[in-house]
Amino acid sequence: MILLRSRSLVREKCVEGALFLSALLSIFTTLGIISILIFETYEFFKKVSIFDFLTDRQWTPMFVDKHFGILSLFAGTFLTTLIAMVVAIPIGLICAVFLSEYASNRMRTYVKPILEILAAVPTVVYGYFALLFVTPLLQKLIPDLAGFNALSPGIVMGIMIIPIISSLSEDAMHAVPMSLREGAYALGATRLQVALRVVLPAALSGITASLILGISRAIGETMIVAVAAGQQPRLTLNPLVPIETVTAYIVQVSLGDTPAGTIEYQTIFATGMSLFGVTFLLNILSYKLKKKFREAYE
Amino acid sequence: MSDEFQIKNLNAFYGSKQALKNINLDISEKTITALIGPSGCGKSTFIRCLNRMNDLVKSFHLEGDILYQGTDLYSGKWDVIDIRDKIGMVFQKPNPFPKSIRENITFGLKIRGMKDRNILEHITEQSLKKAAIWDEVKDRLNDHALSLSGGQQQRLCIARTLAVQPQVILFDEPCSALDPISTAKIEELMLEIKKDFTIIIVTHNMQQAARVSDQSGFFLLGELIEMGKTQDIFTNPHDKRTEDYITGRFG
Repeated sequence: MILLRSRSLVREKCVEGALFLSALLSIFTTLGIISILIFETYEFFKKVSIFDFLTDRQWTPMFVDKHFGILSLFAGTFLTTLIAMVVAIPIGLICAVFLSEYASNRMRTYVKPILEILAAVPTVVYGYFALLFVTPLLQKLIPDLAGFNALSPGIVMGIMIIPIISSLSEDAMHAVPMSLREGAYALGATRLQVALRVVLPAALSGITASLILGISRAIGETMIVAVAAGQQPRLTLNPLVPIETVTAYIVQVSLGDTPAGTIEYQTIFATGMSLFGVTFLLNILSYKLKKKFREAYE
Repeated sequence: MSDEFQIKNLNAFYGSKQALKNINLDISEKTITALIGPSGCGKSTFIRCLNRMNDLVKSFHLEGDILYQGTDLYSGKWDVIDIRDKIGMVFQKPNPFPKSIRENITFGLKIRGMKDRNILEHITEQSLKKAAIWDEVKDRLNDHALSLSGGQQQRLCIARTLAVQPQVILFDEPCSALDPISTAKIEELMLEIKKDFTIIIVTHNMQQAARVSDQSGFFLLGELIEMGKTQDIFTNPHDKRTEDYITGRFG
């Protein structure tokens, strides 16, 4: 018996060790990514001043006359993200209100997973959907629209983000205690008033968290914009012309044969670091808001 | 005194489970009626029929008549919103909205389209005064309602109900989550507002029923066993089961 127990103890220890190692592995991977980002970014800023990086209006690392103005890339990212959110926020919230306050339980159990399938479509499929279907369609309405533009991938990205917003917002609204709804109904509120004036504000921090997650997803989205938005960094808010986002630029350079150690190579990391900084801040914000939301109702 | 409610042959069901069996009862205006009985006896179901709160439960349906001021609440002649205009409700657990104290009071008025600031201000003050909480909150009307204590939150919920000026107020075990001092305050408040409102209170607390009510009804397993003047019910019950319950032999 004693022998058996000691053997099982050894096995327990082994399992624990293996689990600990796998946890450590993912942490080290993250640390590795961050340290390489920081190192290469540091190398980049030895050659290019941060001031130029943040204020120059052109991004032309591949040209003879090199400019490193990250603003042109972020303008593209900002524009596509903005268009995506204009599509995703209203539709996502309407879906969430409907699912949480109007749909029957049966309907919710069917519709919610179906909506979430939207998030499971590979983004490259969305990219070609934007390029080969949505852009030609939009060109019939807007003759000036270029073949590559911010509008079409922005709209498609918005559709992709709808389930992120609707699903998380619905969770937040569903978590609002029934007693609050009853209190409002007892005061003579209609269903719409209960949904908009009681449930929506009560779930606001959860909803905001979902919006920020959606924004952060749009900023980081790569394939759709790389396929359908073009590869011309341009400091513009015109949605009809080709632009380039931060992510699409990284794809473009990574696909070419840029020698390691050159300035072109280092731009990947400088832009990647900027992107990481922005989405990291957004994720922290969303996490904080979610935590605040939990404190209020549990 | 005229009858505010006349309930005739009321049967209520959740799906196929019968929750109320053949209830007959009249309630006069400007009185306090207490409904007592053990948990699960149907008294909450009953009170929730009176402002059609049970409409929110999909499997619920009822048979029989509930006449309010002579008209059947479920007949289609009443709009459910109008019913809740006239018949307010205070719940078991305080459920203030996660908004400011002021917004909690003005909510009911604003959803009816009231925008006049002076009127809103006036009604806020009057309602909070009537609910005996004005002195405690008058300097912090913009504070969050959840910063109040449980007893204060419940009085805020009463004030919120008073603000829309109903004729009837239903209390569904309003003190079950409160300490004795808050409970005493709310009982005092009920006796105070009785001159303006018809009050129906569901309670587990028999002393509370005895202290505040004019008439009492004893529910058991979905039936109304006995209904009468509170004094009679507590000193001289007709039914053996009522006597057993109020003397603490079961429940």
